[in-house]
Amino acid sequence: MNQRKVLVTIAKTHLLSKIRQTATAALGVTFGIGAYITLVSFMTGLNKMLDDMILNQTPHVHIYNEIQPSEKQPIALYSEFENAMNVVHSVKPKQNQNRIHDALPMISHLKGDPNVLSALPQVRAQVFYVAGSIEMGGVVTGVNIMEEVEYFNFRDYIVAGKPEDLKNTNNGILLGIGIAETMSLKVGDRVQVTSTNGTVFPLKIVGFFQSGLADIDNSRSYTTIKTAQKLVEGAANYITDVNLKLKDISLAPTIARSIEQQFNLRAVDINEANAQFETGTTIRNLITYAVSITLLIVAGFGIYNILNMLIYEKMNDIAILKATGFSGSDVQWIFIMQALIIGIVGGILGLLIGIGLAHLIDGIPFETEALPTVTTYPVNHNPWYYAIGITFAIVSTFFAGYLPSLRAKRVDPVKIIRGQ
Amino acid sequence: MNSVLEARHIDKYFRKPVEFHVLKDINLAVKRGEFATVMGKSGCGKSTLLYILSTMDTDYNGELWLKGELVTGLESDRLSHIRNKYLGFVFQFHYLLSEFTVLENVMLPAKKLAVKTAEEIREDAMQKLRILEIDHLAKKRANRISGGEKQRVAIARALINDPIILMGDEPTGNLDSQNAENVFQIFKKLSDEQGLSLLIVTHDLDFAKRTDRIISMGDGKILVS
Ligand SMILES: Nc1ncnc2c1ncn2[C@@H]1O[C@H](COP(=O)(O)OP(=O)(O)OP(=O)(O)O)[C@@H](O)[C@H]1O
Ligand SMILES: [Mg+2]
Repeated sequence: MNQRKVLVTIAKTHLLSKIRQTATAALGVTFGIGAYITLVSFMTGLNKMLDDMILNQTPHVHIYNEIQPSEKQPIALYSEFENAMNVVHSVKPKQNQNRIHDALPMISHLKGDPNVLSALPQVRAQVFYVAGSIEMGGVVTGVNIMEEVEYFNFRDYIVAGKPEDLKNTNNGILLGIGIAETMSLKVGDRVQVTSTNGTVFPLKIVGFFQSGLADIDNSRSYTTIKTAQKLVEGAANYITDVNLKLKDISLAPTIARSIEQQFNLRAVDINEANAQFETGTTIRNLITYAVSITLLIVAGFGIYNILNMLIYEKMNDIAILKATGFSGSDVQWIFIMQALIIGIVGGILGLLIGIGLAHLIDGIPFETEALPTVTTYPVNHNPWYYAIGITFAIVSTFFAGYLPSLRAKRVDPVKIIRGQ
Repeated sequence: MNSVLEARHIDKYFRKPVEFHVLKDINLAVKRGEFATVMGKSGCGKSTLLYILSTMDTDYNGELWLKGELVTGLESDRLSHIRNKYLGFVFQFHYLLSEFTVLENVMLPAKKLAVKTAEEIREDAMQKLRILEIDHLAKKRANRISGGEKQRVAIARALINDPIILMGDEPTGNLDSQNAENVFQIFKKLSDEQGLSLLIVTHDLDFAKRTDRIISMGDGKILVS
């Protein structure tokens, strides 16, 4: 005969005798956990969507040649002025090229790095788009389109046409949706692109893309590297940017720094580029946990309350249990058990409600121009959060039950029996 | 030594509201199979003594021996086990767990002791109920039976682990004369047939006269024993 079993029986019987109060206390936990699961699923879904939006399109490290004034001015080379204070007015950068010097060897070197998933070259060219009488400034970026599709989910952002069309069309262009709308262009039309030195290229529109960021959609278009090199009259080794995708994103800052040192180029890592982004994620997490913990604290008080009431009402039971040989810890165990039963029942119910609500939200249509691939509200169904939710419920009810149970443990049966 | 229970030089003070010497050098021994009663004026310290003898009250000076072993100073979990296994208790009030059935109430201390199977415990409990002639109430909820019946259920519960001594604090105090007589007969039978030791506090002289020994108390002291 198991001793624990009789304690569980007593705990259950007590709770059933106060079924309404027990249910109320359990419902408190249900609300707490339900809210937590719903909120955390929705908020992390939102975070993940926004992260993906940035992470998918943003290279982990972006390498380019920054035009900036030399830090070391020529005067510093003169030993005669070594100890003098030199003031140089009106420092201007030296005439410099945008292109990355010796880009192709550098790319193959980077591709050989075990931490690098891929290194994608790009050729940026400042242009004017001309259609009829309208003229718009912008940037044409030459890319290896199939690699962009593979590593930066580029296909998701193409709203008309296919990436393969760009690869297979001579002098094709994939236009930003904003440009297309402003200039009333359709797929299959031709658009005149004027390069900075005045040459006009007629390019065939193979499709449109929409990134969700208006600035980009209103100015940028994509073409092949070869076409872009023609626009800038560059040779086959003319490359302005290299984008890296890494195996482990957390290595981005270290790798960026080492590239800057090694190649004397500017290398921006993803954290640097999206510093403000983290803040949004942190705040959403903060809200989730603040709301859930508040609800659970309220639930905890509910449990604390019902247990205190039970102990008060069952004082005689406690006294007789102790008189007939149940120890203080046995009695304490009974009340801890009650708190845990409330917590587990309420928690599981809350879990079910939370999962149900999360699925409900998941089904609500949510369409936004900014995110062409999203059709319903983003929800993250991660079983990990369900485990956290249940653990949460059990831990908080344990604490709520602990103080009252300690009181029950210390009840002096003589005092109670005398009191009658 | 064939004393089941022995108190040596027990002194007890209540410190609140004023210091009060309630038990003064109590020496007392109950032999195996002996049916003893404690009598004395109200307030002379009978209940107080019984709580000490039952190991529930540990705040006293002196020594308490149970079947030849010193009990004084043991830790509380150990005392709980001793109460569970060796002592039986009946109070003036029945103290049944009202949400449980009569049978469950009787079974509780045995389930705590946890040496027999649930089935064996059930049989034992039914047998105790039969001895007390209340086996027909086994399935009834404890708060749906009469006062006299409750008191007998409490006695059955006190007997479930076959204690070496049964203590009672005015167990018949709330019963009418017929029920009181009934309980007396049960005690007498347990003492005669099963060799159970009994130590019963009572105000009923008729009851006391028919037992083996009357311990007379007054002003915190044992007058005649
Ligand atoms: N907790 C306490 N604090 C202070 N004094 C107490 C306390 N409990 C009892 N007393 C006093 O101790 C004395 C003995 O009380 P006790 O209950 O043992 O008497 P009793 O002999 O059982 O009386 P009765 O026959 O009325 O039940 C009484 O004078 C009582 O007032
Ligand atoms: Mg008394």
